[in-house]
This record gives sequence, structure tokens and C-alpha cells, in this order.
Amino acid sequence: MARILMKGNEALGEAAIKAGAKFYFGYPITPQNEVSAYMAERLPEVGGVFLQAESEVSAINMVYGAGGAGARVLITSSSPGISLMQEGISYIAGAEIPAVIVNVMRGGPGLGGIQPGQADYFQATRGGGHGDYFMVVLAPESIQEMVDIMQEAFDIADQYRNPVMILADGMMGQMMEAVDLDNVEKSDRNLPPKTWATTGMAHHQGKNIINSLELDPAKLEKHNLDLKKKYDEMAKNEVKYEMYKCDDADIIAVAYGTTARIVKNTIDMASREGIKMGLIRPISLWPFPQEPFDRTADRAKAYISVEMSMGQMVEDVRLAVNGRKPVHFYGRTGGMIPEPKDILAEIKNILGGVK
Amino acid sequence: MAKVIYEKPKGITDAITHYCPGCTHGIIHGLVAESLEELGVLGESIGVAPVGCAVLAYNYFNCDMQEAAHGRAPAVATGIKRVLPDRTVFTYQGDGDLAAIGTAEIVHAAARGENITVIFVNNAIYGMTGGQMAPTTLLGQVTTTTPYGRKPEANGFPIRICEMLSTLEGAAYVARVSVHDINNIRKAKKAIKEAFQTQIDRKGFSIVEVLSTCPTNWGLTPAEAIKWLKNNMIPHYPLATFKSPWGVK
Amino acid sequence: MAARGNVIFDNERCKGCELCTTVCPVGIIEMSSRLNSRGYHFSQVKEGMMEKCIACGFCGMTCPDFVIKVERL
Repeated sequence: MARILMKGNEALGEAAIKAGAKFYFGYPITPQNEVSAYMAERLPEVGGVFLQAESEVSAINMVYGAGGAGARVLITSSSPGISLMQEGISYIAGAEIPAVIVNVMRGGPGLGGIQPGQADYFQATRGGGHGDYFMVVLAPESIQEMVDIMQEAFDIADQYRNPVMILADGMMGQMMEAVDLDNVEKSDRNLPPKTWATTGMAHHQGKNIINSLELDPAKLEKHNLDLKKKYDEMAKNEVKYEMYKCDDADIIAVAYGTTARIVKNTIDMASREGIKMGLIRPISLWPFPQEPFDRTADRAKAYISVEMSMGQMVEDVRLAVNGRKPVHFYGRTGGMIPEPKDILAEIKNILGGVK
Repeated sequence: MAKVIYEKPKGITDAITHYCPGCTHGIIHGLVAESLEELGVLGESIGVAPVGCAVLAYNYFNCDMQEAAHGRAPAVATGIKRVLPDRTVFTYQGDGDLAAIGTAEIVHAAARGENITVIFVNNAIYGMTGGQMAPTTLLGQVTTTTPYGRKPEANGFPIRICEMLSTLEGAAYVARVSVHDINNIRKAKKAIKEAFQTQIDRKGFSIVEVLSTCPTNWGLTPAEAIKWLKNNMIPHYPLATFKSPWGVK
Repeated sequence: MAARGNVIFDNERCKGCELCTTVCPVGIIEMSSRLNSRGYHFSQVKEGMMEKCIACGFCGMTCPDFVIKVERL
């Protein structure tokens, strides 16, 4: 099948099916409703199950049960819905259950709006629920990349027995782009069989328990230390980023998702005006990429984080730059989209100040 | 050779439970385990433990178990059942777990006719957390959060879950039983087996509400608690089979 | 010939709740004055009264802690 024009939300659902996910639990919330509608139609065709729960709280707990029974499970929602799922996600991390959770972000806080946003960065990368846990958080900039990332997301989830979050935004969910769904490259990770799944004692050795409770503090600490080893492995192996025209850049923007594409346009505009601007695009927001900053900190005069928020990833940029160069921020939020001319004005302002 | 009349069911592990002396959770555990054993589905069963006194039930049932967040066991069980439709999936929940924080989950699991079996233990109080009012606490009943006795104007009325759920078409088997004496223990066993049989026959959602005691937080001896249940809970929570695939007398 | 039973107690599991003593139709179960390792008086058949047991199994059925095994001889 050649490249077809497809809506982001629908491509997201098909990508999960391509990754072998046969179970989807969801709840209606704009701007990601099309995923549910698509899965409701498609999953029965592939012998899967689509279930609309009574709330996101219930839906994420269905994911807990299904994932704990050994299935590849997808759940999607948008900002307020993801907030409702935080307790469940913490349990999924604590009980070490694989699952892929997609947040098609919208403007916040509170009921907020239904246009695109990126103000859930902290919630996603710092673990929005209670307790010490992390998730690999991946942020695609295009629908094709989202399709490719989905394959990787399910493998990462299974390999580490951990939830994986994909951060998209309302734009990516709603827009249509050409997508090639056929030769989606499968990763070659060797994934262990799910001998831990609760499928009934007649179906495996011993007794399996999916649980995150541990009342003995020494054992709970030991569990946290084991989880930490896992998170350290993830931090070492799962970093993904793109460096765009950074080699001779005087100023480097840092942006992810659709905002990164807007920044790429800005870079082209800037170069026409003789301004050397580059982009570091984290694809894994957790683990946040340190290397691209080490490679550019000597040469670049300044960094600027561009986000559809009031400034959240900028803190990770500051941590990565670690004081070597000034770090600025430019953002639009509430559903407003940053425009190249405004970003460029900000760049000029910063460079004007930097000799 | 001596014939065994009664012994610890194979569906119960060797662990000594954490339940208080005389708490009838233990009796109910035994009835569930015996039912699964006698129906030949113990090796096919996956249970979902709640948060509350039965939070450690995953150590006591001799089958695969999952521990759910407070109130979410029916959703977790739904997830399991949808992945493994031929396995026997049950939840074991208390009244705080099911009738308070988990009300939406239980109502919608029943409304969906989810093919799971729910064992709902009603002891009219929050046990694990030290005796607070539950949705099933009786009017006038003293708890740590109704120190002057439960009053309707302040704390509303106790919820009759079976009557509520039996209005839902998806609920195929709904019964309330008790374990306060041998005769009722036998009836409870029969109802629990019928509930599991409903699931095995794929007839839809099944629930057995089991009236149970809480000697510690009722401030009574185990034997006194049995009497208190009989004299106070049964009048408000009538024992009956409300719905059954095999018809209701 | 009336059924005759034998009752076996796993004393370590007992929590001294006494429920078994309230259901024995022939009233032969009592609490021991001795304690198990967890400090509970455990239940037992009164001295020399085992022959009165009718193997009904009520004590086993009512015990919340699976202490009691009942056999019919």
C-alpha cells in the first residue's frame, strides 16, 4: 500500500494495530475522539477488543488488568483525561505492567481549551502520579514519525515492563498527512515471553500476582531500587533526538512535536536574513537528551526553548546546558500556535543583546 | 479410611490471614475457593483484590491474582476478561471499595453485562482504616466518623447495592446472602457457585453480596457481632436472590 | 449407627475467636487454657469428648481461619 492521506488520530490507531495491539480502552475527549471511533471500527476486524469505559479512571484500570494479563494495550486521551489516569499510571508503573498511553495534548489548566498545547510536559516527564517512577516519553513531530514511534513504544513497554507515553498535540491528532503504513520498520529487540502474566495457574508455572502493594518498607525500598535500575537502563538506551543545522549555529532553539516543525521554518527564514540558527529536537522527552547540548554548548551563544506552554521543557534545557550559556524561552499557550515571525523576532532580540 | 467432611480448601493458600479474630471474611474466602474448586476452574481463575481489609487477598486465594486500585477492581477484571474471555475472572471487594469510591465501576460493569463475578462483602464499615462510616453503615450506627450515630440529614441513607444493580439488564445474577450461621453459610455457598456458573455459562454479570461481621470496629466479640448482624443488618439488607438465569422463586 | 467423627485442630492458625464453640451441636468444643505461639487460646475438643462428635463439620465450616479438619470415622 503506498502512502495514503490519513488523520493523525486514525494513523495512531492503525499504527498500534500494526504493533500488535489488539486491545484499546478509551473515553471520549476532544481532540482525540477519532482514535476511539477508528478503533471501534478496526479492532473487531483484527479479532481485537474496543471498549469505551465510563471514565478515564476506569479505562486506565482496564489497561492495568489487560496489560497484566499479557496483552499489548493502547489507551489514548487528552490532558484532563490523562490527569484522571495518573493514579492508574502510577499503579501500572509500580506493578510493572507494559502499556502505551498517548496524550493528544490540549490547552490547560482545568477544562482549558480543545486546541493544541504542550503544557503537560512536567506531568509526563516527572511522573504525574505519586511515587518515584518514570516513563519513556516520546514526542513525534509528524504523523509518519508517530506511526514509527508507536512500534518502538510497544517494544520499549514490553522490554522494560513499564508504561510508555507518547506526547502528541491537538494539531498532530487532527491534521492529515501522507503516511506509509506498510513498510513500518519493526525493531529487532528480543522481548522476553510474558511468563509473569495472570493467565490462570493452569497455563503457566506457579502463581502469578500483579500488584504494587508492599507494606514492608524494606521490601518496598528494595522494589524502588530495582525500578531505579530499570529506569537507569531506559535512560541509557532510549534517548532519541534530532539535531537540525546546529553545526555553525549561533543560537540553538530547542523544541519538540509540531512546534519543532514551526521552528524549522523559522530557521529557514533566519538563514535568509543571515542569522545562523539551529534546532535540537528531543524525540525522547524522558530520558531528556544530554549529548546534543554537550556537543553545542561551546560554540552556540545562547539557547531558546520554544514551546506551546508557559515554559516547562526550558527547565530540562537549563539542566542540560548547566549554566554554560544563557537559556531563553518563548512560548504561546492556551491553544495559540507560535508563529515563525514572532520566534524570529525573539531570536533577533536575543542575538542583538549577545555580541 | 476416614472420610473428610471438612478441611481447608485447595483454593486457599497456607498463609495465616491478617484478618481480625472472628472476622467472617475468612469464611467467605473459603466459600469462594470451594466454589472454584468444585466447578473445576481454579486453574483457570484470575481474582482481583480490592483496597480495604481484603487488600492482601492475593496471598490467600490459590489462583492468579491482581491487586486493583481502590474501587477499580471491576475495571481491572473487565480488562482481564476482555483479554481472556474463556477464563473465570472474579473480584472480591468490600463496601467502601465497591459502594463508595468504586460505584461507577460496579454500576457500569453490571450495565455492560460484563461476564465477571463480583463477591461483595458488606460489613457496614471501613475496617482496614479503623472503623469509619461506609455507604452501607446503618442509620444510628456509631463509627469513628459518625460518633453520634449515622444521621440521614448529615450522612444520608445506607445503599442497597443488590436492589440497585438488579434494575440493570446486564446483571444476570444478583443475590444477597449472609454467613452468620451454618444454614446461611450453606446458602451463601450455593449462591456463590451459581454466580460463577452464570459467568461460565456466559450469561452476563454476576454479583453476590455477603453480609459479614467486623468485631473489631463494631466493638463486639465475634459471637456478639454475629448476633448484631442478624438483628440489625438483615432487616435493612434482606437476604434474597434478586435475579438469576435459573429464575427467582 | 450414628456417624462418629474426628476433629483435628491446627492450633497455630487459631486466633481464639471462639466461633466454633458456638456452633457445635453436641457442645464438645472449648478454648484451651494454653496459648499458641501467637498468644491465642486455641480451640480443642473437651477431654474425652471426641467420641461424642457426630462429624457434622459445622466447626470447620464456621472457622474463618481454616484451623479445623473434620473426618467421619
